Amino acid sequence: MDEHRTFWKRTRGIYRFLIVVCSLAVVLSIVVFYVKGDTLTWEKVGEKGYTALPEDGDRIENGTHLRTGLKEGEGLMETVNNCTTCHSAKLITQNRMDRERWVATIRWMQKTQNLWDLGENEEIIVNYLVTNYPPGRKGRREALTEPEWYKLED
Amino acid sequence: MDRKDKSNLKVTSVTPFPLKCPNFTETISSYSVMDRRKFVKNSVWASFAGLMGTDIVYGNYLREGYVPLGAQDPDPFQLFHKDPEMVLLNDKPWNMEARAHLLDDKITPNKYMFIRNNGLVPENIEASQWTLTIDGESVREQKTYSLEELRTGFPTHTYQLTLECGGNGRSEFDPPAKGNQWSIGAVSCAQWTGVRLRDVLEDAGIGDDAVYIGYHAADMHLSRDPSKEPISRGMPMAKALQDETLLAFQMNGKAIPLAHGFPLRLVGGGWPASVSGKWLNRISIRNKVHDGAKMGGSSYRVPCETVAPGDIVPEENMCIIESMPVKSLITYPKSGAMLPLGKKLGIRGHAWAGELEVKKMEYSIDFGSTWSSCPVEKPANRLAWQHFSAKVDFPKKGYYEVWARATDSNGVAQPMLLPGWNPKGYLNNACHRIAVKIT
Repeated sequence: MDEHRTFWKRTRGIYRFLIVVCSLAVVLSIVVFYVKGDTLTWEKVGEKGYTALPEDGDRIENGTHLRTGLKEGEGLMETVNNCTTCHSAKLITQNRMDRERWVATIRWMQKTQNLWDLGENEEIIVNYLVTNYPPGRKGRREALTEPEWYKLED
Repeated sequence: MDRKDKSNLKVTSVTPFPLKCPNFTETISSYSVMDRRKFVKNSVWASFAGLMGTDIVYGNYLREGYVPLGAQDPDPFQLFHKDPEMVLLNDKPWNMEARAHLLDDKITPNKYMFIRNNGLVPENIEASQWTLTIDGESVREQKTYSLEELRTGFPTHTYQLTLECGGNGRSEFDPPAKGNQWSIGAVSCAQWTGVRLRDVLEDAGIGDDAVYIGYHAADMHLSRDPSKEPISRGMPMAKALQDETLLAFQMNGKAIPLAHGFPLRLVGGGWPASVSGKWLNRISIRNKVHDGAKMGGSSYRVPCETVAPGDIVPEENMCIIESMPVKSLITYPKSGAMLPLGKKLGIRGHAWAGELEVKKMEYSIDFGSTWSSCPVEKPANRLAWQHFSAKVDFPKKGYYEVWARATDSNGVAQPMLLPGWNPKGYLNNACHRIAVKIT
């Protein structure tokens, strides 16, 4: 009996020790994950407060920048970076303007919408816009676009 | 651009912003791409929980950290309970329009109602905490009301009111006008329930020098600059004091959908819909024409005197749009119908005329050479659209266009060609037409 009791006491001690060690390990790993998790598993934030997008974030297919729907062309990335931060690229792709009106639109955004000074990018962006989204002539009324024909049932 | 674009949208809207918006740098642009999960959890959940419409009610019961489907994939059609046939024009800010055949209902349901937002939909709306403040230079006593006080303190009224975006039809102007390129679907006529703005303004007291009211709302500027309002427009006192001008808390008998101004919206039918401020929390009684965001420049203003297409118009020669012009839509059948010779075609649709009433409705199947009159019903109430219908005969096989033309109570009709050009492409009320083939 004595032998049994001593053995039991010893094993209990070992068990307790193991439980404490395991718990500590679990707690420690959780703490480390929480504190360091961002830097361990996720990309580091760049110095300027932003990072480059992953490679496929700016993939271009059939002449279209997939992420924004903007046309491929010189000045595309300057346009993406400066013009799609606050508003959707759809606001660009919907519109058709000449140089004067694209510039006027930029001025309006700078005056009223918190758009920053575009510096030397302005000319690049305006060239991109005028080249890819110029006005076309519509006349006083366009023809109806070809409708989807369907048989009208009662 | 229609729902085909949704796949594209999915990508754009969850991608964190590579550059910075002013005053927005710290909160958003510091998220790296791989922080997306965190980003979704923290901010998108906060914003989209609010966007989920009915889900707001049960928001409390959601487990912490649970990201609802809508936030993971902000599909605006699901988010705002819109029909997939609606056309998405813009996803930041949200802008979506109907197509003519979707507007066939006499009372427009939410799923077919266009969305025109100038800023970001407000987040975390608490209707029980919501208040409306009446202030301004010309208020006798500044007062603040809870929604409950508005609801119980004043008589409730319901009107069916036509709301049309000032830029509806912009896509047709030449030279093209800047902005969302609306075709014909930025119009709706829902039933709005609320209290009269007049009753509330009078309760606070209207000074003798009152000229205009200006609204303020909870939506956020696209740049997230808290000192900027995306839009703060208003109306002259005469419009503010009309019976039909409401502080609405219901649309079609239910709480106003989030995209349309939950929990409180100013509704002034017959005027550019931008007059009807959403997410309303303050109204200023002004002693001058309200000077809030999008009251000046070329916003919701047209040249006081007509100009040649493409002219540059100085700001001082621009006048604020008030009543919208006479217009109509053929909502049945959908353009592209084919039917056999000898069969009559039943057409129907709606017509409206801003502050006025539509007195005459006509259609033409020969490009305006001859016109036939058809009956047009009286409006459900003032400022509601009116319904017309006709049975159309076609003399022989071939391609036809059915054109519709409404005339208002002043004898002014819709033009077949584009009306006067203006810098922002407002007020296009040219006749609507559908294509028909007789086989």
